[in-house]
Amino acid sequence: MPLLALIPALPLTGFLVLFLGGRRFSRNVIAGIGAGSVIASAVFTLLWGIRFLQSPPAGGAWTQSLWQWFRVESLSVGIDLRLDALSLLFVFIITFVGALIHIYSVAFMRQDRDYARFFASMNLFVCSMLLLVMADNLVLLYLGWEGVGLCSYLLIGFWYEKPANCYAANKAFYITRIGDTAMAIGLFLLFKELGTLSIPGILNQAPQHFARSASYSTLIPLLLLAGGIGKSAQLPLQTWLPDAMAGPSPVSALIHAATMVTAGVYLIARMHGLFLLSPMAMSVTAVIGAITLFIAGCSALVQTDIKRILAYSTISQIGYMFLALGVGAWSAAIFHFFTHAFFKALLFLAAGVVIEALHHEHNIFKMGGLRQKMPLLFYTFLSGAASLAALPLITAGFFSKDQILWYAWSAGNGNILLWAIALAGAFITACYSTRLLLVVFWGEAKTPVGKFGGRLIYLPLITLAALSLISGFIEWPHNILHLTLFSDELQQVLPATILQENHPPEFLLQGIAATATIAGIYMGYHWYYPITGRIYRWQAGTRMLAFRSFLLDGWKFDQLYRTLFIQPFLYLTRINKNDVFDRVYSGIARGSVSLNRLFSASQNGSLRWYIAAVLIGILFIVTLQLLL
Amino acid sequence: MILVWMIGILLAGGFLCWLLARWNTQLSKWAALLSLAAGLLIVGSVAWQYGDTVRSQATWLIDYRINWIPAFGISFHVAIDGLSLVLLLLTFFLGLLAVLCSWNEIRERTGFYFFNLLWTLAGISGVFMAMDLFLFYFFWEVMLVPMYFLIAIWGDSNRRYAAYKFFIFTQAGGLLMLLAILALYFVNATQSGVYTFDYFDLLNVSLAPETARWIMAGFLIAFAVKLPVVPFHNWLPDAHSEAPTAGSLILAGLLLKTGAYGIIRFVLTLFPQAAADIAWWAMLFGAVGIVYGAMLAYAQTDLKRLIAYTSVSHMGFVLLGVFAFREIALQGVIMQLLTHGIGTGALFAMAGMLKERLHTRDIEKMGGLWSAMPAMGGMALLFTMASLGLPMLGSFIAEFLILLGTFPVQPALTSIATLGLIFAALYSLRMMQKVFLGPVKGASPPKDLTPRELIIMATLGISMVLLGLFPQPILDMVKMTVHQ
Repeated sequence: MPLLALIPALPLTGFLVLFLGGRRFSRNVIAGIGAGSVIASAVFTLLWGIRFLQSPPAGGAWTQSLWQWFRVESLSVGIDLRLDALSLLFVFIITFVGALIHIYSVAFMRQDRDYARFFASMNLFVCSMLLLVMADNLVLLYLGWEGVGLCSYLLIGFWYEKPANCYAANKAFYITRIGDTAMAIGLFLLFKELGTLSIPGILNQAPQHFARSASYSTLIPLLLLAGGIGKSAQLPLQTWLPDAMAGPSPVSALIHAATMVTAGVYLIARMHGLFLLSPMAMSVTAVIGAITLFIAGCSALVQTDIKRILAYSTISQIGYMFLALGVGAWSAAIFHFFTHAFFKALLFLAAGVVIEALHHEHNIFKMGGLRQKMPLLFYTFLSGAASLAALPLITAGFFSKDQILWYAWSAGNGNILLWAIALAGAFITACYSTRLLLVVFWGEAKTPVGKFGGRLIYLPLITLAALSLISGFIEWPHNILHLTLFSDELQQVLPATILQENHPPEFLLQGIAATATIAGIYMGYHWYYPITGRIYRWQAGTRMLAFRSFLLDGWKFDQLYRTLFIQPFLYLTRINKNDVFDRVYSGIARGSVSLNRLFSASQNGSLRWYIAAVLIGILFIVTLQLLL
Repeated sequence: MILVWMIGILLAGGFLCWLLARWNTQLSKWAALLSLAAGLLIVGSVAWQYGDTVRSQATWLIDYRINWIPAFGISFHVAIDGLSLVLLLLTFFLGLLAVLCSWNEIRERTGFYFFNLLWTLAGISGVFMAMDLFLFYFFWEVMLVPMYFLIAIWGDSNRRYAAYKFFIFTQAGGLLMLLAILALYFVNATQSGVYTFDYFDLLNVSLAPETARWIMAGFLIAFAVKLPVVPFHNWLPDAHSEAPTAGSLILAGLLLKTGAYGIIRFVLTLFPQAAADIAWWAMLFGAVGIVYGAMLAYAQTDLKRLIAYTSVSHMGFVLLGVFAFREIALQGVIMQLLTHGIGTGALFAMAGMLKERLHTRDIEKMGGLWSAMPAMGGMALLFTMASLGLPMLGSFIAEFLILLGTFPVQPALTSIATLGLIFAALYSLRMMQKVFLGPVKGASPPKDLTPRELIIMATLGISMVLLGLFPQPILDMVKMTVHQ
């Protein structure tokens, strides 16, 4: 059995070395440690992954206990790692895509003052993310969960001197923390009900336990879902992700596209046993996914910042994964995660090159003409965008998204409405992918193109471009080719998707999905092809402008939350800055002082006063005596 | 006898500091440092020696008793169990760092300063081991008076006000406690005919529910002021923000813990039924305190005041956990005492270091300090994360255990308390943002940590991480106490 701990330990070591001594090292040493540790992790993962596939371990998982973390009463939590087919896949994506992005970063961040801090944070991120997916119990998973949140915060606010970046970093942390808190309550509830927090333990006991008392069987998965929603930027906690683009591009590629934002998907897939017990929780997951994919897709259509387009697109694609999870298409969701990791990381990395080459220009309408100026970049970007648009049969995105569309209707929990929204989403996706490609790479160059690139930049891009095209071939639709390597492997962990009895023919749905994609591409071409450019005239109307700015602001969720939550909170804290209780005590103090004045006024040393007071007193007593 | 040494070394060390300062202030500092180091060694060796015993059987590790005023049944009775031992370790550990913190800060009346510092620590140590209620009250006052001087003499501009406030609040509570102690003393005397203040004898007294409630109230209010529980917390922000750095560190790190210790040691054991009766209310106050303290922390612009209010919030968890009467929650509470002592102590130490450099506590005048002081920024980040309860750090274990243990008892109140985690993120990140991130303010960049400061911060930082990753030794140490 392999030494599982090595996989997260390598990046952790990288982090510690860079954190403690990073400022003393030369740039080459920093790059060597930072990227080297993740590459080494990736190599081990590949070796062990092959071994896992060739001779699967008994019980479908390797486990390793490192040490007893804490043990109180009946609660016993260990630092225990576990690697089964599902976590292996995530570990592979994290280390492999992570390694590529680290290689890219070596060149991309070369000029930055805080080279060591960058790689230290990135290594810590990889370590936390690996712990998240390798954790054998929910407490360790939560450790990784919060750890990636911290790294995301550090890296979004990497260029901390700009207040906007810090604001974005804080926002990301705050909003995900809301989800995390719900998830924490979910853990407490789970422990109260089942008396354990070990993942296999929970999955084993849950069916019997909740068959006896179903009281919390819906609340628990909903609370876990809330955690997933926060991390994966789904409705209504999606607003942090577009702002998170303030971080360096490799960060957006690794954290905010390929890995961390899919932690919610992992969590739900991992805890599928709990979700299966509650049809309600499943439906909520599916509906949230469907609405999110549509809303975010619409916003992606009108963004002008290249990274914000990709950010909204990420939200939208994760929406597909949630939809798939919700309808019970477990392996389809994970498959889409798999292909999405490649093509979205690619698009972000390529966008990073574009931005650098154009001297930090983010607005796509100030770009243009890059097709001739940077052909290699163009071809890699093209394959990424095609995969995002799900161009039929030749891109990986098609294979994964087509599966989700098919299951959105035909799977146990699916229905025609979910399918229709997903289909509309597919159309929109194709449309904005085309728009992005046309506006950036066609037309005339509006900004002078600088020199940017190199072997370290292009090696990851080309690798990812290749994977964006071919990685889908390991899982074909049943009706075309019977090759389902991916779902076969995952079925050790995740239940197979159950189909409805009367579902529409698969060919028909595939045809419609392909048509929607082609139509989307055509619409994008129709509106945005630079020579014709119909969109610009059409957009000019006032009502269109208002609608466009509504979408541009992400359906005004930020404004809504500002008035609903942020302003009341700020108001409350502001008026109570001096602590209302303090008034009570100063009131008591003032009261004593004035009493003191009153009584000391009577002690004035004047004999006449005293005699008068004594006489009045006698008179008073005598009167009382006489009266009573 | 070894327990007497622990206190004696501090008391004697205090005198020595005062005397030595007449000739050489440098010597006086070293005397303070050495007496605390010696004390820490003693406590450490006790912990080492009883490491196995404490895990398995006997609750009371060391018990020492001599008559003091036999006529009134007063004895000098000190004893420690796992809980006391853990808190004593914290006392000497933070005490040592407090001396290091004051190394350059205190320039006037150095000898008298260290006298007060050591005597406060002696009082605190005494509180953690006194098993005679009269002796307990005595130590309670011993820690109060020198602390008052520390604030009133070496404090900041508004120190007089803060010192009076601190004194009046705690003294009012203390007097109620004295009344309660006397009441208990006489009730016991009428029942058994023996006049004694001894804790173990008083444990056997049987009280009518009504009497128990009143006597408990006396104790509880004294401890609630110290802890502090909202709405008795108003002395805290003033005292913390005006006290010198070491004063804040000891206030937050240790003095507040005496309140929690008192509740666990005396309120829960002497009045189990009465305590169970008010549990819901106590937990409500705890949950309210968590949220209320956090909201106030968010609004502050004075760095030390901000940290002070986070203490109010964190101590809410203690109250919540104690009154859940669950082993898991109580283990979490003890963990919280340690990690809050370390974490908040570190934040106050940091605020002191910033004040020495920038001559302000106003966070609006800070900003972008990370570029000039990356080492301090890194440490600040660590403790910011500790204060918002990030896993890997000790405070997570504490809060997680408290909430996990409390949840089955009071799901609704615990859920409110859990919201405190969101608020904790709000104030913690705001602090980080205002001080270390954002555009650089101020003309000359301040110097990064000196080696002395780095030692202080790194020691605290390492203990925070160790507590987060390997909390089991501490949990084992207090297991038997909690079990009872």
